[in-house]
Amino acid sequence: MSAKSDQQQHWAATKRLTFLTLVIWAVVSFVIHWFGSSLNSESFPGAYFMAGMGSQVIFVLLVFWFSVRQNSIDEEYGMSEGD
Amino acid sequence: MKLEGGFINNLGRVYGIYTLGFLGFVILMGICEAAGVANTYIGWMFVAFTVLIYALIGVLSRTMDSSQYYVAGREVPAVYNGMATAADWMSGASFIAMAGGIYLKGYPYMAFLVGWTGGYVLVASLIAPYLRKFGCYTVPDFIGTRYGGNLARFCAVVVLVVASFTYVTAQINGTGTVAARALQIPFEVGVWVGLAGILFCSMLGGMRAVTWTQVAQYIVLIVAYLIPVFWMSNKLGYGLVPHLAQFDAVLRVQELESTLGVGTLLPTAEAQAEAGKLAALKVGINDASDDWMSRWKFFTLVLCMMAGTASLPHVLMRYFTTSSVKAARQSVGWSLFFISLLYLSAPALATFTKLSLLDPNVATSIIGKSVSDVMSLEWIQQWSNVGFLKIVDGNGDGIVQINEFFMRGDIVVLATPEMAGLPYVISGLVAAGGLAAAMSTADGLLLAIANALSHDLYYKIIDPKVDTAKRLLVARILLLVIGALAAWVASMKLTGILGAVAWAFCFANSGLFFPLVLGVWWKRANRAGAIAGMVGGFGTGAWYLYMVQTGMEPWYGIDGLRFGMIGMPVSLILMVVFSLMTEAPDEETQKMVESIRIPKGKTYVS
Repeated sequence: MSAKSDQQQHWAATKRLTFLTLVIWAVVSFVIHWFGSSLNSESFPGAYFMAGMGSQVIFVLLVFWFSVRQNSIDEEYGMSEGD
Repeated sequence: MKLEGGFINNLGRVYGIYTLGFLGFVILMGICEAAGVANTYIGWMFVAFTVLIYALIGVLSRTMDSSQYYVAGREVPAVYNGMATAADWMSGASFIAMAGGIYLKGYPYMAFLVGWTGGYVLVASLIAPYLRKFGCYTVPDFIGTRYGGNLARFCAVVVLVVASFTYVTAQINGTGTVAARALQIPFEVGVWVGLAGILFCSMLGGMRAVTWTQVAQYIVLIVAYLIPVFWMSNKLGYGLVPHLAQFDAVLRVQELESTLGVGTLLPTAEAQAEAGKLAALKVGINDASDDWMSRWKFFTLVLCMMAGTASLPHVLMRYFTTSSVKAARQSVGWSLFFISLLYLSAPALATFTKLSLLDPNVATSIIGKSVSDVMSLEWIQQWSNVGFLKIVDGNGDGIVQINEFFMRGDIVVLATPEMAGLPYVISGLVAAGGLAAAMSTADGLLLAIANALSHDLYYKIIDPKVDTAKRLLVARILLLVIGALAAWVASMKLTGILGAVAWAFCFANSGLFFPLVLGVWWKRANRAGAIAGMVGGFGTGAWYLYMVQTGMEPWYGIDGLRFGMIGMPVSLILMVVFSLMTEAPDEETQKMVESIRIPKGKTYVS
C-alpha cells in the first residue's frame, strides 16, 4: 500500500515540476517574443538578443535544471533506477 | 565485445586524439596551401579525408547483434549521445542555410532559432525519458505497443516515413551542393557521392555505427563553423568573442540598413526577373514589428518547429541509446548545449557578414562601390560563376545599390572565408563541415526509416517469427533502397533545403506529437483515439499543404512552413473525442503507462 502511495506522490511531484518547466518554457518561447519590438531600444537590440541568444541560453539552463530536479524527485520517492 | 567495453571506457581518449588529428590535418592543409598546392586539391583532400574517417568508423562498428544495430547496445554516455544528437539534429539547413536565412530574411527568420532549441524542453520534460524507460527500438514501436494493434503501428510508420523522407531528400540535396562545390563535380553526381558516404557510415553497423560517426561529424562541423566566425570577427576588428561583440554591430547594421534603404529600396521587377531565384536584402536584421500578423507568424513558426522537434523520430530514437532514464534526461541537456554552440554563432555570423558587405568604412564592403570594381573581386566572380550571386545594375548608374545585389542565402556560410579574405584552407574546412552536417542528419533519418520498416512493418506486422540475421539483412537492404530513392528524388531538386525541412517538422507534429505525448500523460488515451489523431492530424495537415502549394490563399498567414498549425489541433481534438467515445484501455495498458512514468524497474519491452 505504501509503495503505491509513494508512486502516486512521485507522479504528483513529477507533474508539478513538468508544469512549472512548461510555464517557463512558454514564457521564454512565446510571451517574450510576442513583445519583441518593445525590447528594442536605441542602445540595445533587445529583440535580436532574445531571439539569437537569450532564449537559447535559458533553454539550455532550463533543461539541465529540470533534469537535476526530476532526478532528485525520483530519488526522494525511491523511484530512481538505483532503488 | 572485449574491444567494445574498452572503447566505451576510452571515449575521451579516442575522440581527443581524433580531434587533435583533425586539427593537425587542417594545419597540414594550411602548409600545403602556403607551399602552392592548388585549391581544388585542398578541397578534395578535405572531403576525402573526413569521409574516409567516417566510413572507417562505420566499418569498425559493424555488428550482427540486434540491440547494437537498433539502439547501439544502450551504452552511449550522456555527453557523447548529446554530441551525436547535435550532429543528427543540425542538418545542412542549420549549417549552410541558417546564417544566410538570418542575413536575408532578418528577424522573422530567427523564429527558427527559438523553435529549434526550445523544442528540446518538450523532448526532455514530456517524451524522451519515458520512451527510454519503455525500452523500444523505434518510435512506432512505442505507438504500436502503447495503443495496441497493427493499425496504430502502421499509421505511425507512415507518418515517420513521410516526415523523415521529406527531410532526408533535403539533406542529400545538401551533400550534393557541398560536394559539387568542393569537388567541382556536377550536382547530380555529388548527390550520389554523398549517398555513398552516408551508406558506408550506417549500413554495416546501424545505430552503433551512426552514433560513433555522428560524434566524429559533430567535432568536424563545430570546428568548421566556429573557426571562421572567430577568425573573421578578429580579423575585421569586431572583437575577440563575436557573440559578445555582435550587439553593437547590430546597432550599426540597423543604422546602415535604414540609410541604404533595406525594406524600402526594393528590386525592380526586371532586375528580379533577371536574378531569378536569387534574393536581394529586403528585411532588416532586427525588424521586430509590432503588427499582429508579424507577431502571429513568429509565434506559429516557433510553435510548429518546437512540436516538430519533439515528434521527429530520428531525434527521439537517439535517446533510446543511453544507458538509463537519468542519462537520457541529462543527454537532452547536453544535446541542446552542443546545438547552441552553433546556433548562438549563426546570428553573429549573419551580422558580421552584413557589416562587412554594407559598411562603407570596411574594406570588404561592396554596396555603394562601382559595379566594375565589385565585379573584379575574386570571390564575387567565383560565386557568380556557379550562380550563387548576381549583380544587376537596375538603374544603370554603375554603382551597386542594396536592391541590385542578389544572392543565395547559402553563401553567407560558404563564402565567408573568401569574403573576409581568409586562406582557402578555411573554405575547405567549411565544405567538410557542411558535408558532415548534412551527412550526419541523413544517416540518422535513413536509419529511422529503414528501422521502422524492418522492425515495425516487416518484423512486427508481416513476419514476427523471422530470425535476427534475416531481420538485420532486411534492414540493410531497405537502407540501400531508401537511400537510392532519396538520392533520386533529391537529384530532381524539387524544393529548396529549407522548405523541405520545415515540411518535415509539420508532418511529424501533425501526425505524432499528440499520440506520443498523450500516450505518456493521459492514461485514458486509447487505440481509437490515437489512430484518429494520427490519420486526422496528418491527413488534414497534408491536405492543407497541398492546397496552399497549389495556390490557395493561406488562412491567417498559416503558410506551407506552418501547416502544423492546422494538423495539430485536428489531431488533438480527434484524439480526445475518439478516446472518450470508446472504451478505456485495459488494465495491462494502464499498468504499463504507470511503469514508464517511474525510472525504477525493468523496461517494458526488453
